Amino acid sequence: MADLTTLFAGKIRCPNPFWLASGPPANCGDQVMRAFDAGWGGAVWKTLGEPIVNVSSRYSSVDWNGQRMMGLNNIELITDRSLDVNLREISEVKKRYPHHAVIASLMVESRREAWHEMVRRAEDAGADGLELNFGCPHGMSERGMGSAVGQVPEYCSLITEWVKEAARTPVLIKLTPNVTDIRAIARAARTGGADGLSAINTINSITGIDLDTFVPRPDVGGASAHGGYCGPAIKPIALHLVQQIAGDPEVGLPVSGIGGISGWRDAAEFILLGCQSVQLCTAPMHWGFRIVEDMIDGLKNWMDEKGFRTIEDFRGLSLPRVKDWKDLNLNFKIVARIDPEKCIGCDLCYIACWDGAHQCIHIDGFDRPEQLTEASRARIAVTPIPKLDGVSANGSDKTPPARIPRVDEDECVGCNLCWLVCPVENCITMERIDRGVPEESWEQRMGSRS
Amino acid sequence: MRNPVPALTPEEFAQRFSDLHPPFTPQETVVEASRCLFCFDAPCTAACPTHIDVPRFIKKITTGNWRGSALTILDSNILGLSCSRVCPVDVLCEGACVMHRYNKEPIEIGRLQRAAMDWFYSHGPGLPAAAHQHDKRVACIGAGPASLACAAELRRCGYGVTIFDRRPMAGGLNTYGIAEYKLRPADSLKEVDLVRSMGVEFKLGMEVDLDKLEGEFDAIFVGVGLGAVHKLGVPGEDLTGVVDALRFIADYKTASIPVGRRVAVIGAGNTAIDAATAARRLGAEEIHIVYRRGEAEMPAFEYEYEIAKLDGIRFHWRTQVVRIHGATTVEAIECTRGGAESFHLPCDMVILSIGQSRLMEFLSRCRGVEVNQGQVSVRRETGQTANPKYFAGGDCVNGGREVVDAVADGKRAAAGIAAMLGGEARHG
Repeated sequence: MADLTTLFAGKIRCPNPFWLASGPPANCGDQVMRAFDAGWGGAVWKTLGEPIVNVSSRYSSVDWNGQRMMGLNNIELITDRSLDVNLREISEVKKRYPHHAVIASLMVESRREAWHEMVRRAEDAGADGLELNFGCPHGMSERGMGSAVGQVPEYCSLITEWVKEAARTPVLIKLTPNVTDIRAIARAARTGGADGLSAINTINSITGIDLDTFVPRPDVGGASAHGGYCGPAIKPIALHLVQQIAGDPEVGLPVSGIGGISGWRDAAEFILLGCQSVQLCTAPMHWGFRIVEDMIDGLKNWMDEKGFRTIEDFRGLSLPRVKDWKDLNLNFKIVARIDPEKCIGCDLCYIACWDGAHQCIHIDGFDRPEQLTEASRARIAVTPIPKLDGVSANGSDKTPPARIPRVDEDECVGCNLCWLVCPVENCITMERIDRGVPEESWEQRMGSRS
Repeated sequence: MRNPVPALTPEEFAQRFSDLHPPFTPQETVVEASRCLFCFDAPCTAACPTHIDVPRFIKKITTGNWRGSALTILDSNILGLSCSRVCPVDVLCEGACVMHRYNKEPIEIGRLQRAAMDWFYSHGPGLPAAAHQHDKRVACIGAGPASLACAAELRRCGYGVTIFDRRPMAGGLNTYGIAEYKLRPADSLKEVDLVRSMGVEFKLGMEVDLDKLEGEFDAIFVGVGLGAVHKLGVPGEDLTGVVDALRFIADYKTASIPVGRRVAVIGAGNTAIDAATAARRLGAEEIHIVYRRGEAEMPAFEYEYEIAKLDGIRFHWRTQVVRIHGATTVEAIECTRGGAESFHLPCDMVILSIGQSRLMEFLSRCRGVEVNQGQVSVRRETGQTANPKYFAGGDCVNGGREVVDAVADGKRAAAGIAAMLGGEARHG
C-alpha cells in the first residue's frame, strides 16, 4: 500500500502532502484541528501580522455552465485576529497534533526588527516552518507588503535574508504570479537563503460586473477593488508557473504547489511537476474539509496501480517532458478518427473543424455547413403518430448514418479540436500515423540548413 | 343525468386541473439548459414541424437572454406557448435528442420552451407591429392554430389579414378542446392577443359568406378544422347523458358542469383520454374506456395512456358498443367482445370520442377546392388548393394531427400566399 508520508525541505514531516493553504479555512485553531481530524496533513496558518480591518463583502466567483465557483476571487486581507490569540492557538494545535505540519504565514512591515520579532514569536509558538507572504495581490500590497515585496527581486531577497538571520525552521517564500517572469523572484528568494517556495498565490482579478448596477463584484457599498483569483480556473496557470520554477536549475528549491487543486488528480499533477507538498484553499472553502478523504484514498489507489510506493517515486517525473517548442518533433503525426458506433450525431466536431480549425471533417453530400442547415429547414416534418402512421418514433438508439461526420485524414492536421469538443468518451480518437520519417525538431531543421 | 357529481368550486377546479408538468424554477431552467450540447444542424430542430431553432433558444436561456430566446421560438412558431404545453415532445424534439444515444435523459425542451414563453408573456413588450407594406388582403377562415400561424406569418410579410370564426372565442381547439391541465383557455387567448397585436383583425361569432370574401380578399386560407365527433350509430344515442367528447371538453373548460358518477368513454384516441382524465378530475368515480380494437392499435400517444392508467381508468379492449340503455337518461351500455354474449356496463354518462366528422358541406362551398376522402387536397410545400386563390392547412387537410402540425401548415401556406401575391416570404 502506498505511503503518503511527506518530508518537506528535509525537515517538515507530515502524514500526507495535503496542506490547507493560508486562507480562510486555516483562520483559527478550531478549524485547523477539525481539518487534521478530517485527514489533512498540514496547514499554513492564515497570515499573521498586525491585525487589520476587513470589508464586507469579500468574495466573488465565476460560475460556469450552471456549476458554481469555477473560479473564486477574494479581497480579504490577512488575519483580523490578534497575534496573541493566533500564537496561543498555534501552540495548542501543535501540542495536540505533534505529527502534523503547522506552518506560520507571516507578513509584517518591511523592517528587519519587525521581521525578527515575528519570526521569533511564531517559532516560539511551535510552528514547524515559516511561509513569507510575498504574494497577496490586494490591499496589503497598497501598504508596501505582500506582492509589493514579491514583485521586486531585491526586496524579496533582502527580507528573506532578514528572516533567515532569525529563523531556526525552514523558510518558504510564497510567490506571486503577478510578475512577468516568476523565475526572477524565485532566484532572488534562493539568493536570500530561502529553504523552499510556495507557488502560486492568487492572480489579480476582477471577476465580473453586475449588469444592472455596473458595480464589479464583490460589491462593497457600490464599489469594488481588484482581488486575488483562485479555484479550478487557475490550475493551468499554476501548473505552468510551478514548472517554471521547479524546472529552473538556478532555483533548485523544494516547492509546495498551490493553485486550483480540487482533488487527488490535480495534486498528482503538481507532484509530477516536482512539488513536495500541495496546498488547497478554494476546494475546502467550497466543499468542506471532508474532501481530503478522497484525496488520500484516490492518490493511494493511483500510486498502487502505478507501482509507486512513496511520493518520491513519482515526484518530478513530468518535468523532463516539458520542453521548449523548438525541441518538439515536427514529424510526429496524428489524425482524428470517429467511431461510427459511438457517434451520437451531435455534429459538434464538424462545425468546430469548419469554423474553428481546418475544414477537414465533412458530412457527405454537402459542400458547406450552411447547405446542411438550409436542407434541414426546407424539409417538411410532421408529428409521427406511431400507431396511425406505422412509423417508429424518433430517438432511435442508432445514429442516422447521414449525421456521422467523416474525417479527411489527408487534410487533418491533428490539432485535437474535434476530440476536445466531442461529448462522448473515446468516440473521437487521435491516431498515430507512422510515416517512417525520423524525428526532427525545429531546432534541428534550422541547424541543418545553416 | 343520473347520479351527477356536483360541479366543482373554482378553487377545487384549479387544484384538480393544476399543471400536469409544473414549470421549472429559474435555477432548474439554467441547469437543464446547460445540459444541452448545442448540436449543429440539430435533430430536434429538424424533428419540429415548425423547425424551431431549439439549441439557439436554449443557448439564449443560458446566457440570460430571455427575450432573445422567446423571439427565437416565436420566429418559427407563433404558438410557442401552447406548443410548449401540448406538443407530444416524446415523438418530436425530445424524441430526436441525441442524448438518447448518449445514455442520458433527453433535454426537457418542452419545459424549457415553456420557461421562455412564460417569461415573454409576463414581461413584454410583445412583438413589433408589422409595417403595412402591401395593399393585398387575405382572409383566414377558422381561428384555430393553422389560421393563427398563417395570419401571423402574413402580417410579418406585410399583408392585411382578417380571421373569421363562428365561435365567440378565437384559438380553435387550443381554446376549447385541450385538457385543462395541459392548456388553459386563458393561455390560448394570450396567443390570440399576440396575433391580434400584430395587426390581424378578428371577426368572431359569425358565419362567412364565401362569395363576399372572394370579392373582398386576394387570397383565402381555409383552416376550419374538423366537425363534430362522429355518431356511434347505435340505439339509445339520443338519451340524456350521451355527449360528444369535444363538446364535453369545451363545456367543462368554459363553464362549471356536473359529471356522472360512472362514465364510459367510447374510443381510445388522445381526445378520449383527455375526456376520461377530465371526468376523473371533475369527480367521476368509475371511468371506462371502451375501444373496439386492441391496445396495440390505440391511437393515443404512449404518455397519454400512462396518464390515463395513473388516473385509474379501466380499459376495455376489442369491445364494441351495440346499444345504450336507459329510460330517458343513460343507465348502461351494452357491449360485445369477440362474438361472446353481450354484457352491460352500468354508467351515468357516455362520452363519444370516435373521431371527428368532416365539414363536407362547408368545403363543398369553397369553389374549385378539391376534397379527397374528406380532406382538402393541397400542395404540401405551399398549402395551395386546386383553386389557386384558396389555400388550406391544419386538421381539414391532415385529417387531425397536432397543434404544431397545424402551425407548420399555416406558416407554409402563408409563404405560398405571399409567393402567389408576388411578395417575398420571410423564410422557407
